[in-house]
Amino acid sequence: MAAHLSYGRVNLNVLREAVRRELREFLDKCAGSKAIVWDEYLTGPFGLIAQYSLLKEHEVEKMFTLKGSRLPAADVKNIIFFVRPRLELMDIIAENVLSEDRRGPARDFHILFVPRRSLLCEQRLKDLGVLGSFIHREEYSLDLIPFDGDLLSMESEGAFKQVANMMIRMKREFTGSQNSIFPVFDNLLLLDRNVDLLTPLATQLTYEGLIDEIYGIQNSYVKLPPEKFAPKKQGDGGKDLPTEAKKLQLNSAEELYAEIRDKNFNAVGSVLSKKAKVISAAFEERHNAKTVGEIKQFVSQLPHMQAARGSLANHTSIAELIKDVTTSEDFFDKLTVEQEFMSGIDTDKVNSYVEECIAQKHPLIKVLRLVCLQSVCNSGLKQKVLDYYKREILQTYGYEHILTLHNLEKAGLLKPQLGGRNNYPTIRKTLRLWMDDVNEQNPTDISYVYSGYAPLSVRLAQLLSRPGWRSIEEVLRILPGPHFEERQPLPTGLQKKRQPGENRITLIFFLGGVTFAEIAALRFLSQLEDGGTEYVIATTKLMNGASWIESLMEKPF
Amino acid sequence: MDCYTANWNPLGDSAFYRKYELYSMDWDLKEELRDCLVAAAPYGGPIALLRNPWRKEKAASVRPVLEIYSASGMPLASLLWKSGPVVSLGWSAEEELLCVQEDGVVLVYGLHGDFRRHFSMGNEVLQNRVLDARIFHTEFGSGVAILTGAHRFTLSANVGDLKLRRMPEVPGLQSAPSCWTTLCQDRVAHILLAVGPDLYLLDHAACSSVTPPGLAPGVSSFLQMAVSFTYRHLALFTDTGYIWMGTTSLKEKLCEFNCNIRAPPKQMVWCSRPRSKERAVVVAWERRLMVVGDAPESIQYKQLTIQVLLDRLVLRRLYPLAIQICEYLRLPEVQGVSRILAHWACYKVQQKDVSDEDVARAINQKLGDTPGVSYSDIAARAYGCGRTELAIKLLEYEPRSGEQVPLLLKMKRSKLALSKAIESGDTDLVFTVLLHLKNELNRGDFFMTLRNQPMALSLYRQFCKYQELETLKDLYNQDDNHQELGSFHIRASYAAEERIEGRVAALQTAADAFYKAKNEFAAKATEDQMRLLRLQRRLEDELGGRFLDLSLHDTVTTLILGGHNKRAEQLARDFRIPDKRLWWLKLTALADLEDWEELEKFSKSKKSPIGYLPFVEICMKQHNKYEAKKYTSRVGPEQKVKALLLVGDVAQAADVAIEHRNEAELSLVLSHCTGATDGATADKIQRARAQAQKK
Repeated sequence: MAAHLSYGRVNLNVLREAVRRELREFLDKCAGSKAIVWDEYLTGPFGLIAQYSLLKEHEVEKMFTLKGSRLPAADVKNIIFFVRPRLELMDIIAENVLSEDRRGPARDFHILFVPRRSLLCEQRLKDLGVLGSFIHREEYSLDLIPFDGDLLSMESEGAFKQVANMMIRMKREFTGSQNSIFPVFDNLLLLDRNVDLLTPLATQLTYEGLIDEIYGIQNSYVKLPPEKFAPKKQGDGGKDLPTEAKKLQLNSAEELYAEIRDKNFNAVGSVLSKKAKVISAAFEERHNAKTVGEIKQFVSQLPHMQAARGSLANHTSIAELIKDVTTSEDFFDKLTVEQEFMSGIDTDKVNSYVEECIAQKHPLIKVLRLVCLQSVCNSGLKQKVLDYYKREILQTYGYEHILTLHNLEKAGLLKPQLGGRNNYPTIRKTLRLWMDDVNEQNPTDISYVYSGYAPLSVRLAQLLSRPGWRSIEEVLRILPGPHFEERQPLPTGLQKKRQPGENRITLIFFLGGVTFAEIAALRFLSQLEDGGTEYVIATTKLMNGASWIESLMEKPF
Repeated sequence: MDCYTANWNPLGDSAFYRKYELYSMDWDLKEELRDCLVAAAPYGGPIALLRNPWRKEKAASVRPVLEIYSASGMPLASLLWKSGPVVSLGWSAEEELLCVQEDGVVLVYGLHGDFRRHFSMGNEVLQNRVLDARIFHTEFGSGVAILTGAHRFTLSANVGDLKLRRMPEVPGLQSAPSCWTTLCQDRVAHILLAVGPDLYLLDHAACSSVTPPGLAPGVSSFLQMAVSFTYRHLALFTDTGYIWMGTTSLKEKLCEFNCNIRAPPKQMVWCSRPRSKERAVVVAWERRLMVVGDAPESIQYKQLTIQVLLDRLVLRRLYPLAIQICEYLRLPEVQGVSRILAHWACYKVQQKDVSDEDVARAINQKLGDTPGVSYSDIAARAYGCGRTELAIKLLEYEPRSGEQVPLLLKMKRSKLALSKAIESGDTDLVFTVLLHLKNELNRGDFFMTLRNQPMALSLYRQFCKYQELETLKDLYNQDDNHQELGSFHIRASYAAEERIEGRVAALQTAADAFYKAKNEFAAKATEDQMRLLRLQRRLEDELGGRFLDLSLHDTVTTLILGGHNKRAEQLARDFRIPDKRLWWLKLTALADLEDWEELEKFSKSKKSPIGYLPFVEICMKQHNKYEAKKYTSRVGPEQKVKALLLVGDVAQAADVAIEHRNEAELSLVLSHCTGATDGATADKIQRARAQAQKK
């Protein structure tokens, strides 16, 4: 089921198995038939851990979405609420429980808090007079969900500023209770999104990155317009076109996807056509199969070949959909402007493309993303330029967005330039963030993921592993936030003897989110023969520029 | 030499038994046990005796005595019973003595007679009194089951985590059942009871009638029932002097026996040694003991784990012995030595004759940073003995700041708790302390405390944003945070206010706040919005339709679409919409209206600040090639080729590109040469290219 999780250097399937076990144990504590009432936000992440069949095996007969007033009728012994520890959800649960008490046979209520039990929430339940109604109140620490063999995400929107301090303290607190565990990782690198506000704002140009930019990947699933996936039959004349979105799961369990997900989109077409030739050649083989043995051999390979053909058809369709977008004039114009900003051209004046986007009322998120990108690439905008953009946005999209603009300013994405000094060129040059000679087909540098721009976050990781941050201390001083390194001494018995040629493993934790393009860049580094470091990636949230800006937007009505 | 078989007596045909004394009891009992409530703990644990129970007529002035002995009869404790009448005694798995009173209150004592805590079995029990009670053991811990005077059962399966369950009613039950017992199956506690010839099984949800398989006929009443320690086997004694033995699931009979004694037995228990295959029931009458046995399947239990053994030693305060065992067995510190040291420390804090300083130092010296030791647990014990200062000293040694918080709150050291909660980084904990503080302090002091704790303040702000908007305003006011106050009033102008006047007033407050925050841009924008709102209101009154809450841009567009061009112009001037955007706006609106005449007039009103390509584009977007062509000639040279291609004039586009001698333009045109008639054009371009190369 989840074989793709165990491919990596570190077997993340162990994590998945552990959380599954914990779930089963909890369900068994509530003996008898059950209904689960879901905090809707959790259904996506849970889908990556357990299918309905697992729940069913443990007598879960009904599932509902958490909402106000009464629970739907269900003839079950237990009602279990799966919720995040949020006060507003406690109010809804109380309403459910109170209206339930007045009718029918008594049930057992339970709460499973994900990922943490909360005193605050329990106090609220107590205030609402329902705390005593719950037989089991437990927590389910589903905090790092394995997405792929090298990728973990917490999928939470919270901010985690002081995580570094906390991790060091936790280490002190937990020594003893787990000191005999063999260390899996050689290094842990914590990167706060604040250090690199730039990267997510740029349009990702890897295959997976573009799928995410255009259609949005949610919990490893993507919904696509169905037209391109209709079975091609002649004479149908366009009847019976499917109307429901095509939902596909995207992860490295799919051989072809594993191969192309991290490539620059411009390098995907040739792989797909090469694959098409290989597959049709494989099918042609049947004509050469003469003896019974040969035919048998061919037939035994059929299922694998058919799966490969299906996978190829899907990705050819997706690539066509993406190509329609990337070859459009507007996409080209937008990309040109982004690349100008990132390479430091005309970042200090009002950009006429941005102006036109506003005048034509392009989506606000797109406009904000560009303006923020310009601001970040100029260490803040000149006051006059900033005010002009802001005024244009308020007049065109509505005054209420003054709250959104303020949020962007608080997050540092949009700001006036202070002291008339633009630090970005120094950072760009020292860290080689802009590479003119990028090779999209056979990349030699991480900059291929943005066709020229090397993601700052990943460059920092790369430089840390070789030659070390001492070489870039100047730039580290300019970047926001303090940086520090801490060595964790290991008992001698636990020190690993590295085989010659064996790579170090670094767990890189992105606090505040990571993009698919950054993940692709890290995988590129892991695969470098002389790289010396392999990365396992963890994050609070998988994100892109659009979802990021959206999380900072505020709509008062 | 003695003969080995000398003291063995025959039992039936093939079995033998012998009787020998293991040890003699040390106790010096003055009265007979029959007048006492007696409870012996499992696994050779202590024995509790409560003398002079209330069921015997005695002078009320004589208080009963509770005595605790070790299994060999060594006295451990003796105390006068000063509480209410006791119905039943029993030991928990942790060797705590549970004394169930008639009023449903359960008092808990340690094996040295130290009072631990008490809890109630609920109101229903209090009202109807306790008729009978049993203490039983489950895998979760120890439970209490109660039969009330109203013949209803209430039970808690684990007194360590008290959850009371009132069991369903037994239909038609008018008097107490003749006998009953608790069962534990599939992790759930049930009650089996006998009423006349019937047996009932009570679980949480239902009362069901059950029949043991192969039960001999003629039973009109069950006099005794017994469940084995593991809850696997059940024995029933009937009024016909018949014993049925089988599984508790009532699916299988193991054996039956007719003893021909019809008197109710005093006691009936299962007995078997751990490694024995033999299972037997011992039945006792006043002067007779009977062993009924069979040999079922072999199941071995190893109930008493090393952990439990250590616990027992610790309970008996044999700390050094326990530590030596741990060291001998090389148990990991967390499970072994540090746990025992922690217990020792908990005992140490009770020594009231030693000063706080000395106790704290002694504990820290012995425990140091031993992993797995919870200083907060020890501190909690110290606080329990009324030694708050000692508790605080001990908490200082606790490395997990989160662990310090609940106890500090309990000890009313809320401010200290706050800083510890912040240190822990656990936001939930911080919130908990904050709400505590909020109830404890007056508003001013509370705000003052927050002011010194930036992290707590920012968390509290987040909380207020969702839960207490007014408090949020007060917080901003206190901090002179005018920027946030401004945003606050803007939100209010949308959410809280319905009438225009109210909304404008809220915006005015916001604008004032922005001025104070020296954010001139926001202040001006807010004033513009106030102006716009009033104007939109007027437009709605005068023209009808919806204008409120449209952006300025959309307001102007709506006016144009409604044919109010003059008003649109006026608005654009009043709010200084930049020329370029206004041209885009008009262009889009007029094309939407398909008012081609007006569009042409507009295009000629003055020189377009956005050029004329947008005119071509927008006409083509509306599929009007005729109108589009009107503008191509006015498109600037740089965009001319693009414009001509848009309207499909490939030939002229080629001419312009050739004239420009622009390679990019030439290839663009060439890529558009797809029609049958474009052949000549393509040739022309190729020729021009060739010529250009010659030069």
